[in-house]
Amino acid sequence: MLTIAHLKRGQRAIIKSFEVENVPLKLLEMGCLPGNEVMVVQQAPFRDPLYLNINGSHLAIRKETAALIEIELL
Amino acid sequence: MARQINVALIGNPNTGKTSVFNRLTGLNQQVGNYPGITVEKKQGVCKLDRGLKAHIIDLPGTYSLNASSLDENVVIELLLNKNDKDFPDVAIVVADVENLKRNLLLFTQIKDLGIPAILAINMADRMKRKAISVDIAALEERLETKVVLVSSRKNEGFDTLKELVINHTTLSTKPCVNASVIAPEYFGRLKKAFPNQDLYKLWLVITQDVNFGKLERGELNTIATFQTESKSNLKRLQQKETIARYQFINGVLKETLTIDTANAKDFRSRLDRILTHKVWGYAIFFGILMLIFQVIFDWSSYPMDFIDSSFASLSEWVKNTLPPGDFTNLLAEGIISGLGGIIIFIPQIAFLFLFIAILEESGYMSRVVFLMDRIMRRFGLSGKSVVPLVSGTACAIPAIMATRNIESWKERLITILVTPFTTCSARLPVYLIIIALVIPEQRVLGIFSLQGLTLMFLYLLGFGAAIFSAWLLNKFLNIRSKTFFVVEMPNYKVPMFKNVAITVIEKTKSFVLGAGKIILAISIILWVLASYGPGDFNNASAIVMQEESSNSLSEEELETKIAAFKLEKSYIGIMGKAIEPAVQPLGYDWKIGIAIVSSFAAREVFVGTLATIYSVGSEEEETIKNRMAAEVNPVLGTPRFNFASGVSLLLFYAFAMQCMSTLAVVKRETNSWKWPMWQLIAMSAIAYVVALGAYQFLK
Repeated sequence: MLTIAHLKRGQRAIIKSFEVENVPLKLLEMGCLPGNEVMVVQQAPFRDPLYLNINGSHLAIRKETAALIEIELL
Repeated sequence: MARQINVALIGNPNTGKTSVFNRLTGLNQQVGNYPGITVEKKQGVCKLDRGLKAHIIDLPGTYSLNASSLDENVVIELLLNKNDKDFPDVAIVVADVENLKRNLLLFTQIKDLGIPAILAINMADRMKRKAISVDIAALEERLETKVVLVSSRKNEGFDTLKELVINHTTLSTKPCVNASVIAPEYFGRLKKAFPNQDLYKLWLVITQDVNFGKLERGELNTIATFQTESKSNLKRLQQKETIARYQFINGVLKETLTIDTANAKDFRSRLDRILTHKVWGYAIFFGILMLIFQVIFDWSSYPMDFIDSSFASLSEWVKNTLPPGDFTNLLAEGIISGLGGIIIFIPQIAFLFLFIAILEESGYMSRVVFLMDRIMRRFGLSGKSVVPLVSGTACAIPAIMATRNIESWKERLITILVTPFTTCSARLPVYLIIIALVIPEQRVLGIFSLQGLTLMFLYLLGFGAAIFSAWLLNKFLNIRSKTFFVVEMPNYKVPMFKNVAITVIEKTKSFVLGAGKIILAISIILWVLASYGPGDFNNASAIVMQEESSNSLSEEELETKIAAFKLEKSYIGIMGKAIEPAVQPLGYDWKIGIAIVSSFAAREVFVGTLATIYSVGSEEEETIKNRMAAEVNPVLGTPRFNFASGVSLLLFYAFAMQCMSTLAVVKRETNSWKWPMWQLIAMSAIAYVVALGAYQFLK
């Protein structure tokens, strides 16, 4: 399964799906929803956490959460 | 009385909500707490035309009406409770023009509650540079409300906003999104069970997290009897709701907002590339910290010396001007000396709050959270723990409250427990005066002052102690909790002078007033205890004169001897002598012992206490520093504050938990006395052992 955790810096993808129970509601509210675009802006050492641009919102999440969100490369 | 319009200011974090609040209310604002909880409540008054007034309440920033913290819960409690005296007649929803899509999510939720909502799009001054244009008329039509572009930086749009507030009764309260589209069958049942209730309101009450069950349900109480869905089903429905809202918003913005994406590559990404860089990012962060500590020590020494000598002369002036007597002595020796001990530190504290306000306002703090998360996690903390740990250098109380946005309970608890190790501004008075006494005034490599470096070392020691104890706690605390971590990376902003100034003034004021009250009370008590005593105290001059009759002492020397004798035989002297055996191995005498005991109320009391005790014990008016330098260890004949005892004191204050207010806040935030009591015992024990070791090794 290809997830946000696999994305390289600058690469863009579309969010496909995720198990809603695993992802905090706040993340959904900030635009992390199926169909929206996601891009990795920066990554901290060891690629964790990841600084993302999701649907125009800039936010950072940990790799473990990113690994739960399935994507499709653009 | 003029009619007052209740206005609630609501918005996502980082939308400049507070600067809008500052623009509307000027300095006409009060900061307090919501009853029973430590969430800050900011309110103010704004004068409108036609003799009207608006009572404005600045609600905590939130991304939606689904609370995940105590702060966010405040917003919902107010909006759901029509009987609250602050219940808004109209809400101003503040949005950032660059994050309009996300900000509108909250807007639609508020509108759906049936509260008239004005949309204030802030930072309009950025639109031109970012090539953003908004069709206001079309947006107003689609959202069925009034929309206003404002710029708090340029003070534009506020007259229009005030006009809209006056005319709030004309605003439509029609919902944006029909709640029942989320799950028609479920909402159908709800509607049947509660035919007279607003569906969206019911839905909000049902979905609020169980952790915040205190919600005032009032008439909605019977909801508990309604058969709700399972927790995971509810969350699925919340996702559907969010999607439905974004569909609506996307539809609206498609017609009303245009962004020229060619301009999107900008300043922000270039700055991010450096500030969040794997190497440079960390180097810059530590550089900034170092700069702050140098500045605090170097720049503020000038106003400090000035204040110190002013208070010495004030005290002398009072003594010479007022008629002699107990009251004059109390004023000159007790109150003025005690207060001088705290006012002298205003410059440092203001500088510290200034830097922290700038780091927060500029958006830099979130980058630090991002950089540090991975490292902090290794110690059982979160990247978000950096904010409490850095702002803990100002004061542990707001720092502990700032842990609220840490999602995992274990990470949050550990952060709360270790934050008091960071060097708060109350330790600064003690550090500064001791450093000035025992560390030579030299420069290292020609630029760094040795005293400044010592101070920096103490700050690092505080951080080190916090990190190390976090690591230990992480090993031994057996708490399971989900670890979520979501942090917004806001746009970089040049801090607005007005916002920074208000923060600095507000925080410094409350620090000085808060500490001032305790110090005033303790100074008076100490002065009384030091100025009266049993038995020998009252015959002091006769006893001393008899003892010293063989030595031919000058009048002055005799006076000093009598004063010292009196102090030792006073109530405080007797108490001090009783605890002296406990502090002697650390290199302290009974006077320092008393100062330590009294500073368990608050650390900064230390200097004030010594000032009061020394002031009673001598006839001349002197600065605090000179008095401390003149103190002599009667056994060894060396200065009381020498390198060994000075280092021992510095270390004691670095580790000891001496702040009742912090303990109270920890109790409130962890909801038990267990954690603050552990903190008090463990930190005091560490402090004692370390100080003991240092003195015995160095003496």
